Amino acid sequence: MAESLLGSVSFLEVWILEKLLMATWETIYMVVVATLLSYLFGLPMGVLLVATSKGHIFEHSLINRYLGGIVNAARSVPFIIFLILLIPFTRLLMGTSIGTAASIVPLTIAAVPFVARMVETSLNEIDWGLIEAAISMGAGTWKIVTSVLLPESLPSLVSGVAITTINLVGYSAMAGIVGGGGLGTLAYYYGYQRYENSVMWMTVIVLIILVQGVQMLGDNISQKIFNNRR
Amino acid sequence: MISIKDLSKIYLTANQRIVALDKVTLKVEKGEIFGIIGLSGAGKSTLIRCINRLETPSEGTIYVDDQEIISLGKKDLQQVRQKIGMIFQHFNLLSSRNVFDNVMFPMEIAKIPRDRAEKRAKELLALVGLSDRLLAYPNQLSGGQKQRVGIARALANDPKLLLCDEATSALDPQTTHSILKLLRDINRQLNITILLITHDMNVIKEICDRVAVIDDGAIVEMGKVLDVFSNPASPTSKGFVNSVIGNEIPEELLHLSRSENNQSVSRVIRVSFVGASAGEPVIFRMIRKFDVEASILFGNVSRIKDTPFGSLTLELIGPQSLLQEAVDYLRNQGLEVEVLNNG
Ligand SMILES: Nc1ncnc2c1ncn2[C@@H]1O[C@H](COP(=O)(O)OP(=O)(O)OP(=O)(O)O)[C@@H](O)[C@H]1O
Ligand SMILES: [Mg+2]
Repeated sequence: MAESLLGSVSFLEVWILEKLLMATWETIYMVVVATLLSYLFGLPMGVLLVATSKGHIFEHSLINRYLGGIVNAARSVPFIIFLILLIPFTRLLMGTSIGTAASIVPLTIAAVPFVARMVETSLNEIDWGLIEAAISMGAGTWKIVTSVLLPESLPSLVSGVAITTINLVGYSAMAGIVGGGGLGTLAYYYGYQRYENSVMWMTVIVLIILVQGVQMLGDNISQKIFNNRR
Repeated sequence: MISIKDLSKIYLTANQRIVALDKVTLKVEKGEIFGIIGLSGAGKSTLIRCINRLETPSEGTIYVDDQEIISLGKKDLQQVRQKIGMIFQHFNLLSSRNVFDNVMFPMEIAKIPRDRAEKRAKELLALVGLSDRLLAYPNQLSGGQKQRVGIARALANDPKLLLCDEATSALDPQTTHSILKLLRDINRQLNITILLITHDMNVIKEICDRVAVIDDGAIVEMGKVLDVFSNPASPTSKGFVNSVIGNEIPEELLHLSRSENNQSVSRVIRVSFVGASAGEPVIFRMIRKFDVEASILFGNVSRIKDTPFGSLTLELIGPQSLLQEAVDYLRNQGLEVEVLNNG
């Protein structure tokens, strides 16, 4: 009697652990892909925001104003509303609006303007004298971007990637509640709807570990690059 | 080499109109070291930055090697800039690149083949004495070493002209001296024209052939460094010369007139010696010849570039007419004489 009870508990735990592992993997997958995609679009946007600003290497007030406006507008929409607003678009793009792959769409779109501003901040930290030195050598805009702006701000950019990733971990959990998959769905489905508190707590712990890990990795890489230059 | 005509630069800020340069005209000859000196805010940086168009002039023309600078389009301007080296007060080295790659940077811009560029970078770093620090990052170098990298980088594309914007202002006197010596060697060995700006007359004294004094956006004096030193015309120039020679005479001394009586008066004069005459006993001969009393208040001999330059402040006492003759005699001997008091 006692034995069979113990057996069923451990059976339950194994089953949950499997679910948890699967969900963790889904979250990592969503977040990593969304981070990569958001930099694919956000990085050029951030560079463009800086380069087109007044007195900069590619000054262009029209582009600067419109891009800045779009970024600000996108950033002022709360993620949960983004999720709902983007459902038709996601469906059009991915054929469905639920599941891990579909979640990547709103995650990416929400992160792009955020990334653009982070990149902008990083690039603006660069001493203008360095840019001017490159100009004085006859460097063109592209060369300045690739040889001065990006390499000089690399430690700061890496920190930005970590912050973006962490934000996306949080967003992905939110997406999970509306069927996005990953840890969010697990916590919602078992923890909230079935009152299985232990599942809820386990997802929280995994989330903490994920965020902690990303932060440490980011700090580490950023510091390494920095130390290499001193 | 450089010919600037009626160059003006006006900054329009929200509520102000700042005339940073006011019809500046000057010529820099091939192979010389030309210095521009002025107080803070005089317009030095604005002037030198107009030459490679880091600043866009409001008016005037600039020729560098017969090439008009102001009308150049973007692509042509980039080409021209590759042939004008520039070094900066705060060095402006890329912290993301080591010493060697910093020197490679301008050659990447000019699309020099990699192997040729590497050879050149090594040569230049040897020239500036940094062969053993190729792999160091700028943050690991002293200010003087950073400026040496800056100089090597500026020379990478074989410029005919080197612009120096306060290149030694962030360095201590010893290091300044060694950097100036390096610039002078470069000027001689590679026959590169150097235009430098500074607020330190010692820099002018040490390496410049000619100097322009800029005050409030306008050039108030221009000429051979020796001439400006021995006979500064404007108050600004006098201030700068005194800052180096240190021959400011206390006011009280000028009005002492200790031994004045009916027959004899006192004159305080400053005599400047240039070059060979610095060694000649002209003063001694003057004293013997005119029978005037002379006492030395202050004396100083230094070197302007390669020429000895001395200045002696004397009080002469004797009959008025005789003093005048004595002063004339000194002038005839080719000395610069300035009478500091007039009885
Ligand atoms: N971007 C700018 N906008 C407005 N005014 C400017 C600007 N740059 C320079 N000025 C003004 O132009 C004048 C000349 O400045 P400049 O930097 O050429 O002086 P400087 O001789 O190099 O001084 P310093 O020795 O302090 O470097 C100053 O009055 C300065 O305030
Ligand atoms: Mg200046």
